[in-house]
Parts: sequence; C-alpha cells; structure tokens
Amino acid sequence: MALANTGTPLVELRDISISFGGIKAVDHVTVDLYPGEVVGLLGHNGAGKSTLIKCLSGAYKADAGEILINGHKVEINNPRDARTQNIETIYQTLALADNLNAAANLFLGRELVSSRGFLDESAMEAETRKIMARLNPNFRKFDVPVSALSGGQRQSVAIARAVYFNAKILIMDEPTAALGPHETQMVAELIQELKRQGLGIFLIEHDIHSVMKLCDRASVMKNGQLVGTVNVADVTDDDILGMIILGKTPAKAA
Amino acid sequence: MSDQTRPTIPHGSAADLPANALKRFLKATEIDTRLLGMAGALLAIWVGFHLYGVIFRDGGAFLTPRNLWNLSVQTSSIGIMATGMVLVIVTRNIDLSVGSVLGFVAMIMGVMQVNILPDYLGLGSPLIWVITVIIGMVMGALVGTFNGWLIAYRGIPSFIVTLGGLMFFRGAAFLVANGKTISPVDADFALLGGGPYGAVGFWGSWVVGGLACIGMLWMLQSGRANRQKHQFALRPLWAEVFMAVLGCGLILGATLLVNSYPWPTGIVKNYALANNITVPPEGLFISHGFAIPVLILACVGIAMTFLMTRTRFGRYVFAIGGNPEAAALSGINTKWMLLRVYALMGMLAGLSAVVSSARLNSATNALGVFDELYVIAAAVIGGTSLAGGVGTIYGAILGALVMESLRTGMVLIGFDTSIQSMVVGVVLVLAVYVDNIYRAKSK
Repeated sequence: MALANTGTPLVELRDISISFGGIKAVDHVTVDLYPGEVVGLLGHNGAGKSTLIKCLSGAYKADAGEILINGHKVEINNPRDARTQNIETIYQTLALADNLNAAANLFLGRELVSSRGFLDESAMEAETRKIMARLNPNFRKFDVPVSALSGGQRQSVAIARAVYFNAKILIMDEPTAALGPHETQMVAELIQELKRQGLGIFLIEHDIHSVMKLCDRASVMKNGQLVGTVNVADVTDDDILGMIILGKTPAKAA
Repeated sequence: MSDQTRPTIPHGSAADLPANALKRFLKATEIDTRLLGMAGALLAIWVGFHLYGVIFRDGGAFLTPRNLWNLSVQTSSIGIMATGMVLVIVTRNIDLSVGSVLGFVAMIMGVMQVNILPDYLGLGSPLIWVITVIIGMVMGALVGTFNGWLIAYRGIPSFIVTLGGLMFFRGAAFLVANGKTISPVDADFALLGGGPYGAVGFWGSWVVGGLACIGMLWMLQSGRANRQKHQFALRPLWAEVFMAVLGCGLILGATLLVNSYPWPTGIVKNYALANNITVPPEGLFISHGFAIPVLILACVGIAMTFLMTRTRFGRYVFAIGGNPEAAALSGINTKWMLLRVYALMGMLAGLSAVVSSARLNSATNALGVFDELYVIAAAVIGGTSLAGGVGTIYGAILGALVMESLRTGMVLIGFDTSIQSMVVGVVLVLAVYVDNIYRAKSK
C-alpha cells in the first residue's frame, strides 16, 4: 500500500497549530492521507490526536497551518464545511442524539424533505433500512430511540451515517473502544471494505494490535508534536510503543 | 416463573392472555400509553369532582356543559404558552419570564387600543383589534428574541436570564400605565377572550367539528398511503377504523357539548332587543358553540405539533435536547436554534396576553402573575422531561387541562385558595414521580 503513496495526497494537514489558553495542544503538525489508505494516529491521552483531527472535521479551527484536499487548499470552519468536502467523522462518543431513532440520527442535519419542505420520515426510514441491511443485517430496531440500542448497534448507526453520504475521507475516533469482540471484528471488516472502495481513513486508536492489523501507516504524536510517521509494515510493535512512550523515532523508519 | 423459562412462553399463552390482548390492542392502534394514562387521570378528576358535588353538595356541577365550556376557555391562555414551553424545556432550558411578559404585553396592547389607536383610526374601527394583536405578538417575540440572544450568544444560563425577566417585565408592566387598569378594551378585541359573543355559535361549531373530522380522516388515510408506498407494516384495518371512530367521536362529542350550553337569559334579552326578535315565553335557546380562544388554542396546538414532528426545526429542537454536542457536530446551528425557540415562546406569550386581557376585558399590571409556574407545571405534567429531549405538544395541552380542571373543580366544591395551591403543588410532584416510574419500567 505504501508504494502507491506517490501522487497527490487525498488530505494534507500542513503545519497545523492550535492552542487553548496558552497551551499548545497541536504544535506545527503535518500529516497526510492517500486514497485507499488507513493512517493510524497514536499517542497518549492529551497528545493532541483528537484535537488535530477536529480541525479537519470542523469542530475546531486551527490557529495556523493549512488543509489541502486533493492538493487544493480548503477552508473548514464548521462541521458543515467538512461535510461538503465529503469528510465524515465517527466520534468516540458516537455523537448520537439518544432520544431520536436510527433514521433521525442518520439524517441529522441533512434530513430528506418532501417537495413542500416537510420531513419525509418514511423515505428516511426506507433509506436507513437499506444501508443497515448492508452494514448490520441483524439490525431491527428502527422505531425506538437509539438509547435503547446496544453499543454495537449504536456504532453501526454512527458508521452508517458516515458511509451513507458517500464519504471520501473518514475519521474514526476509537471506533472499537466500547465494543465486544464480535462487533470489533465487524468494524475491522468494514474498514477493509471501505479501503477497497478507495476511501482514506484516519483512525485514532490506542490498541497497538488494532493499529498493526488495520493501518498502513501510523503517525505518532506526543505533547502536541509529531514524533514521526512510519510504514506499519516496516516496524514492530515495540518500535511504535517506543515512539508513543519515549517520543523516539526508530532508526529504520522513513 | 424463573427468568430462563420466561422468554420461551409463546405469545398469547393462557396465563398472559388479558395483558397481551391489551398490549396487542395498544400496539395495533399505536396509542401512546402515557396519553392513555393522562386521559384516565383527567377523567378521574372530572368524575371525582362531580361525584363530590352530588354527594356532599346539592348536585354535581362539574360535568355540566356550562362548567366544561368555561374550563375550555380558562385552559386556553395557559395551554397556548405551554406548547411553547415544551420547546424551551426540550432544549434543556427554562423560561420563568412568560407570566411577566404576558402582563407587560397586555398593558402595551391595552394602551395601544384604548389610548392611541382610536385617535388615528376612530373609535370602534375594525382595524384596531388586528393591529393590536400584531403589536402584541411582535412585542412578545422581540422580548423572547432578546432573552434568547442573552442565553444563546452571551452564555447566561436561561434560569438567570428569565428570572431577571420575571422581575423586570412585571415592573415594566406597572410603568406602562403607571399602575392604572385599562378597561374596557376594544369591543372586537374582547371577542378573542370568549364569552357569549366570543364564540362561533351553533352552526359555526358544526362547521369546525366537521372540518376537524375531515382533517383527521385525511391524516389517517395519507399516513396509511405513505406506509404502503414504502412497504412498511400497516396498522390492521380494524385499528384504523377504531382510531377514526374514536377521533371523530371525541370531536363531535365536544361539538355537541359546547352547543348544549345556551346563552344566559339576560344576554338573550339584550340580543333580542338589539335585533328586534321577540322572545317566546319559553325562552330562546342560543348555543354558545366553541369559544374563540379555544379555537385559537386548537390552531396553535396543531401548528406546533406540525412544527415539532414534521419540520427540520422541530427535529433539531429534539436533537439539541437529546445531545447538544451531537447536534452541533451534525452542523446544526444550535445558538440560532435556541434564539428562535425563545422568540417563538415570546410570541406565544404575546398571544396568551391577547386571550387573557380580552377575557378579562381589561389590561391590568397583575395579569399573568404566577402563570409561568402553571405553564411549566402543565408542560411537565404533560410528560415534558426537564432533563431535555422529551416532550409532546398534546401532552402539554392535556397538562394545562388537568391543572385547570383541578383549579375550577376545587373552586366549585368550595376549597380555599390556600388549599387549592397546596393540592396543585402535590399533584405536580406526584405527576412527575409517576412519570419517572413509568419511564423506568418502560426501559
């Protein structure tokens, strides 16, 4: 996979900085992502991975640096801007409105409306049934609030939301943190499937084994700075752990 | 019965039959069990007060056309505001200022229609009430917008902003006319508050009832057609028919009721004199029909239900209440939404000011005192959760009806005002407690 990384990156976050009250949460970090690639973002809690990625998803606005999509500079000031760039985010908290059902959550902010401008509930439910049949065929709970769903079911709603709108760039913030083994496997298969479709995926992940299994490259952050980016195939678990803990780049990494 | 064997019992086994029959019935008709509970509570209150009158006084006075008609009028003002309060509470906020805003707007409208507009339009001009109502609703909306701006864009907690508003606008209401009561109001305006002339009469009520039935049947039919289009499971036909009969029965029953409440003889005499009608010796039976404020409440209720369930605006209100962060991350402008919710609440308070001052035929600076508490109580009794995200418009209107039923019922059987407020307080706490238990069980 790493061999393909010669053309224009799908996403380039160039020299991004953002600080909160004098603390540099992200300090001149540059990462990139190619189509059909999974890039893991690693680091301790508070290393700045989530903050960095929120600049791309529109939740935060970077103080300095630029974002390039397919080589073109873009402005992302809010989540709506990110969505128009086909960037979809699956947050660690899943960002679901617990009191609404699966269809309402899937279309939140992008509801289907009838010709007179009213919500078209039936059409939204029909579309939801279609996408869920693909992602999680066992899903049946279409008419209950998502608070009544299991962790895995909620996760599949959050993933469906990202997939349905033809994301080109997917950001996943610890997608398997709250899941059981079976559901984790389901998410892993989905990531492989999306990769084949040519999506670029940023994966924030704590579990080293998941990173080794799912990611093509890994970018490691520590104290707001980028330690380095490595091809996962070229390094061992211990190399990556060394980067996370000691902030030390392995000698053979690119 | 152990937990392990329980799920293996097939549906409809002999032991579970009665419970299952009810469950199946509710599932098929899709009647909200909470709605059923509230309707039951309301009926119990009504029958209870009536029987108390039958047993301890000289006859029941509650279940009479006259009392129920008055009850409907008294519910209007609180009911109109309660529909807006649902939105406010669903977004995890509160509005304590509505009663004072009502008083303030009523005073402004009073001064407008009595002291200012007649000078330009001439006394009794039919434009006076129109302009007055518009001014009232716009004033209310402006106050609400300002509240909403402070809350959404300046980050001041809604409790504080509207607590300040509660005091500020009560004072402002006094200052508008230096504490004077403005009475009587414009004759056309007064019709908006009900009374014998402020009702649509016998034939008008049948027209309203007929249209309501047609509207309801159309909704049932289009809902079914829509499900068919997307090949979702349909309600059984008997359930559809049952709902249609029940709905039309309630509407037509209400029409019969308001039409069986005649004008008092004094009013009939004046009316006969003015229109050169000779009153026969047995008297003239002129029906009140639906009171105009009740029709206003019905229209507000339908419009607000539509807003909450069929539009993006309503969807976003619920989303913000369910998870404000998720709503913002979905690209919803939560601040702008909140400002609009408060603007709408203010506008409805303005509309309530129209109904209240018209009903009183005067504007006083004490109008709407404690209304904020009754409005919040109505919304909460109606199932709106103070934790946010949950609430219905019909629930709030039913809640307002429960509150007013308690108040008028206790007046009818002669309870002191001190006892009245104690009972209302207990009922509020009890209603929320029962609701909590219900929610915990249904999880």
